[in-house]
Amino acid sequence: MVNTVNEKNMEMKRDRQKKIREKLMFGLFTLCMLAVVIPTLLIIGFIVVKGIGTVNWSFLTEMPRMGMKEGGIFPAIVGTLYLVLGTIIFSLPLGVGAAIYLTEYAKQGRLTRLIRIAVLNLAGVPSVVYGLFGLGLFVFFMGFGSSILAGSLTLACLILPIIITTSEEAIKSVPDSYREASLALGASKWETIARVVLPLAIPGIMTGGILGIGRAAGETAPILLTVAAFFIPRLPGSVFDQVMALPYHLYIVSTQVPGMPESIKYGTALVLLGVVGVFFAFATIIRLKFKQMSHLD
Amino acid sequence: MSVVQNMEAIIEVKNLDLYYGDFQALKKIDTSIEKNKVSALIGPSGCGKSTFLRTLNRMNDLISGVTTKGEVTFEGREIYDQDLDVVALRRKIGMVFQKPNPFPKSIYENVAYGPRRSGVKNKKDLDQIVEESLKEAALWEEVKDRLNKSALGLSGGQQQRLCIARALAMKPQVLLMDEPTSALDPIATNRIEDLITQLKEHYTIVIVTHSMHQAARISDKTAFFLMGELIEQGDTDKIFTTPRDQRTEDYVTGRFG
Ligand SMILES: Nc1ncnc2c1ncn2[C@@H]1O[C@H](COP(=O)(O)OP(=O)(O)O)[C@@H](O)[C@H]1O
Ligand SMILES: [Mg+2]
Repeated sequence: MVNTVNEKNMEMKRDRQKKIREKLMFGLFTLCMLAVVIPTLLIIGFIVVKGIGTVNWSFLTEMPRMGMKEGGIFPAIVGTLYLVLGTIIFSLPLGVGAAIYLTEYAKQGRLTRLIRIAVLNLAGVPSVVYGLFGLGLFVFFMGFGSSILAGSLTLACLILPIIITTSEEAIKSVPDSYREASLALGASKWETIARVVLPLAIPGIMTGGILGIGRAAGETAPILLTVAAFFIPRLPGSVFDQVMALPYHLYIVSTQVPGMPESIKYGTALVLLGVVGVFFAFATIIRLKFKQMSHLD
Repeated sequence: MSVVQNMEAIIEVKNLDLYYGDFQALKKIDTSIEKNKVSALIGPSGCGKSTFLRTLNRMNDLISGVTTKGEVTFEGREIYDQDLDVVALRRKIGMVFQKPNPFPKSIYENVAYGPRRSGVKNKKDLDQIVEESLKEAALWEEVKDRLNKSALGLSGGQQQRLCIARALAMKPQVLLMDEPTSALDPIATNRIEDLITQLKEHYTIVIVTHSMHQAARISDKTAFFLMGELIEQGDTDKIFTTPRDQRTEDYVTGRFG
């Protein structure tokens, strides 16, 4: 009798300790989460509060005036839209293609391992180095000059590692049983990839796309060397034209022009956030569409 | 009935060896699969049943490091020939896997997948193939009102019958089944066993099973594998009642495996 009571007590004590430990861990993780989320919200909130007063229709659609101290930032918005679009057009097919090759076609071994490590390392190369590379290859050697084309290609190189790595993960996460089912039905390898593997991988690939877009839209150093203009009060006529771009414009209005009103700086920053947000939204919609299509949700 | 006519072998295997790297998984297999019969492959886990089944539609090609030696002929044609069209072979020899693996697409698209890949485009033709195949797989009545719903919403047994329908949609001559009921409950298992006995009228079926009951119930021929070797083969009732080899007897009477 005494024994069982004792045991009961011990058990209750253990239970209590366990519960406390659970609560502690939960609290710890909540703190980690807050430590990440709160600064992000603060930054966004700060920019929204300080910039929202400036952002109106004319700010979005007019040319800059009076040494950029008045008027809008239309050409910089258009420039960034073109650059991001160009970057996606070059990097997505190439990156997904490379990922397909690496996962589905290449014989897995030392060479593919080496390529993977190289790609991962490329993701860590500072963006100004990409800028210099783009300047040498696209602007001078290929003769594109400082242009949308050269800038997009440079940004595409910059985000290719992200696209390749996330696409590879997405493709690898498609269960082999689907590939086997398709091949056993007499589908060719390419049909299997196109009809079964890729549709299932697209949500994951879009995640890489989103990350890439965020970087491409926000980078300053690479475009500074390959495309961005200090001030062009008109829209580009072709892909061989220079453009203004939001991140570079933000840098200019924040540091290069004395007496620049605060409102223009934060307005520009807010618009940059907005443009990235719009691309994110697009990618997310595509993601959801494909998830629905594959009945996985 | 037509016993003599049915004695025809559709697949013949001679001296087949298969290696995963250095490991020999199949040793000198000699056998033949008879047309419009159900042949069961039995034996303890790891004895090479799946491996053997997958040599018949060259699914082992997908695994790197596999070497195959010997002869496998399908309708008299060597299937390990360099210039054999594997895609065409797999259209004639369908496969159903151990775990039901319908595509995460609609029921309709699952069945239409194979025909689409072999060039059927006309919607009417596809509709007809889908309906026929689902009827053949005894699934039509249960799904005819939800053809455009996800296949993943079906029960396990229904999913497996869908996989059978998907294979039948290619009008194959041979259907390979690798433990098709091992992931299913007894009722779903029964339905699939009934289905198999119906299907053998039009198809040649090779089924891997670890259930002796299943082999006895549905197969005409049985082959007993042990550690990569084919120990004994013959009419199912003979294998189960008067096996020649002691090891076969031990296995079918449940003394090991
Ligand atoms: N992909 C593979 N690589 C290496 N060995 C394998 C592979 N698949 C199966 N084996 C081995 O081959 C033998 C036969 O396997 P399997 O054909 O799956 O047996 P069963 O279907 O009769 O259970 C087992 O010893 C197994 O470990
Ligand atoms: Mg097996």
